[in-house]
Amino acid sequence: MRLPRTLILGSVLFAIFLFAALMSFLWTPFDVETLAIAKKLKTPSPEFWFGTDHFGRDIFSMIMVGARTSIAVAVVAVGIGILLGVPLGLWAAANHGGWLDEVIMRGNDLVFAFPSLVIAILITAVFGPSALNAIIAIGIFNIPVFARVARGGALSLWTLEYILSARVAGKNKLRISVEHILPNIANLLIVQGTIQFSVGILAEAALSYVGLGAQPPTPSWGRMLADSQTMISFAPHLALFPGFAIVLTVLGLNLMGDGLRDLLDPRIRRDRG
Amino acid sequence: MSLLRVENLNLSIHGTPILSDVSLTIQPGEIFGVVGESGSGKSMTALSVMGLMPRGAAVSGGALLDDIDLLASSEAELCDLRGREIGMIFQEPMTALNPVKTIGAQVAETLIVHGAATRAEAILVAREKLDRVGLPAEKFPMDRYPHELSGGQRQRVGIAMAIALRPRLLIADEPTTALDVTTQAQILALLKSLVDEESMALMMITHDLAVVSGLADHVAVMQHGRIVESGATAQVFRDMKHPYTRQLFAASGHVPTRRQQGKKDRILAVQEARRSYPLPRKHLFHVQPRFVAVDGVSFELYRGENLGLVGESGCGKSTLTRAILGLDDLQGGEIRLFDKAVTSTMPRSERARIQVVFQDPYGSFNPRWRVADLVAEPFHLTQLPPNWREKVADALTSVGLSENDMEKYVHEFSGGQRQRIAIARALILRPDLIVLDEAVSALDVSIRAQILDLLADLSARFDLSYLFISHDLSVVRAITDRVLVMKSGKIVESGPTTEVFANPQHPYTKELIAATPKLERTSA
Repeated sequence: MRLPRTLILGSVLFAIFLFAALMSFLWTPFDVETLAIAKKLKTPSPEFWFGTDHFGRDIFSMIMVGARTSIAVAVVAVGIGILLGVPLGLWAAANHGGWLDEVIMRGNDLVFAFPSLVIAILITAVFGPSALNAIIAIGIFNIPVFARVARGGALSLWTLEYILSARVAGKNKLRISVEHILPNIANLLIVQGTIQFSVGILAEAALSYVGLGAQPPTPSWGRMLADSQTMISFAPHLALFPGFAIVLTVLGLNLMGDGLRDLLDPRIRRDRG
Repeated sequence: MSLLRVENLNLSIHGTPILSDVSLTIQPGEIFGVVGESGSGKSMTALSVMGLMPRGAAVSGGALLDDIDLLASSEAELCDLRGREIGMIFQEPMTALNPVKTIGAQVAETLIVHGAATRAEAILVAREKLDRVGLPAEKFPMDRYPHELSGGQRQRVGIAMAIALRPRLLIADEPTTALDVTTQAQILALLKSLVDEESMALMMITHDLAVVSGLADHVAVMQHGRIVESGATAQVFRDMKHPYTRQLFAASGHVPTRRQQGKKDRILAVQEARRSYPLPRKHLFHVQPRFVAVDGVSFELYRGENLGLVGESGCGKSTLTRAILGLDDLQGGEIRLFDKAVTSTMPRSERARIQVVFQDPYGSFNPRWRVADLVAEPFHLTQLPPNWREKVADALTSVGLSENDMEKYVHEFSGGQRQRIAIARALILRPDLIVLDEAVSALDVSIRAQILDLLADLSARFDLSYLFISHDLSVVRAITDRVLVMKSGKIVESGPTTEVFANPQHPYTKELIAATPKLERTSA
């Protein structure tokens, strides 16, 4: 079967950053925590590929370590969303029309009703700025997203005859949800997961930008942008590289999501012939 | 001069031949039946005539409407012809109408698109056509939406759209397959009167020989993309030159051989069963109204017996089925299986005595499971025996499949084979009672005949009882010993099948039997 082009392009883009993030554990061209004021604000050169910042740190190395922060925050935040949201959605669908369904979905609406970034800022402001609190804040807003997707997909399955057959075979709602429903909505969740992943990366960048994400000296793309803004007129490369990193990662993930949807959705697959 | 002449039409899609050498001639004002099973190419013949072939289609041969070459016409010319010269009625009245437009606007649209009328005139014509198809203004104003109408009424709107411009050829693709028998009879009568009074020709595509036999002047029987036999309806049904025609005919009226079982061992007893659903509250402080779907139903079922439950959609038979399967609880009365109450909390060992086969061969299986796991699913009710794979293999062989099918997924099977898998799943625990909920309704006649034979054979071998739920009277007549007729939640008539069919007492039963199209060989 031919893979959608968007999936290939998106996966390659994302793979580059993933590789950079993993690589940063073993090796970076320079140490990102050592300051070298003498070498500050160098433009890109064979020695410093992306140049250096106002403390003389290598931007290429910081981008690599920053990828690690971004991806880690997004992975855990999506994980929180899936681990809590999907069971809630499945549970709501299994009790469709009952009070449990109402409670879960209205709770969802409540979370949806708040502007997510503002609440994330509130959470980090109250509990102190840190990568962990950023993760929790972003993760909370992923819960209703996954709950909705899971419930929507599950509801249409609950009316099918194989679910009735399973009920005739004496299986309870929990077992049916795990054995029959979950595998059949997995593709929906994977696609949504990819999209939320890119949203997570953006949210982490936004929180770091206002200083509420990972704390110095841990590099993060959002804070690199924030630090660079006063120097943008004479050292544009300071803003350019983290900016590109964010744009390309998010673009890659979105393309991947689109491609996965095309690949996993049988209706679109049939149309493509 | 003929209205439509199709000559040696060949069609292939992505290189796969679909139609070969299809030739037929339709005269003005006649009804031409095209009969065949699924995949025979009957719908594709109609779509080719309309120029609505799917992508990747290569077509050759000729299709002439008067002297217009339909195959050589451009898309723009065809657009002009569709609706104006050729009208089309589709099978599924639920999806053939646009849900967000009123019925008046949808009928008027055809006229406006073809520039045949101004908006004001089109509205008038639309009103007239809706009256013509039996949707009078006082009950069906133009601003009704499709969801406010029943299936039969929607099909009438579809017909009004098709006849709005008085086309000379009307193509109806299984127009009554999705409808109840009494509604089907009304729609068929309407189509016939349209042909008679408006001098249209009707190309009637159906899988149902009985529908064609009472309606069509000429008939063509299709198999594997070819017309195997055609001619005047009476003659085709008398001569039956081609073996496939004979086979179809035999399968349509097939009665499996069964031995009557006289054991008086009661399996199921339903007493005054009542099941209702809450309706939306009209006012905050009013009592919430309830819709009574099953209203005081009582009957008994004995070992080895085949009991039929007949009724049209919405009569409450599915609700009753779910209660009998112990999926939903009753609001009144009780259901006892071997003198143990059936409830949604009944113990697993009791549940194991009753199994079910559903209608839809496609929706009945989790597409991600292998056949072995699908068939073994009811073992959840007992314990998974160590030799479960042997038992699954046994069940598959007893329904005519093979042990090798265990590792396959359901998408590798045809509709008939899937229904065999569903029966194997129902058999695996050796239950006493199998509920067959429209179990053969979605199958082609020849496959249906095979499944009915299989069911009769299994019943004898394993001493099974069946509760056979269906809207199809001919099937119920063929396979049941006793029949219950259900209407609006109540059993209106019950008795031995032969007696009920020979001498129906209740007016509704009479109406049902009268509405069922009959297939009789003109002369033996």
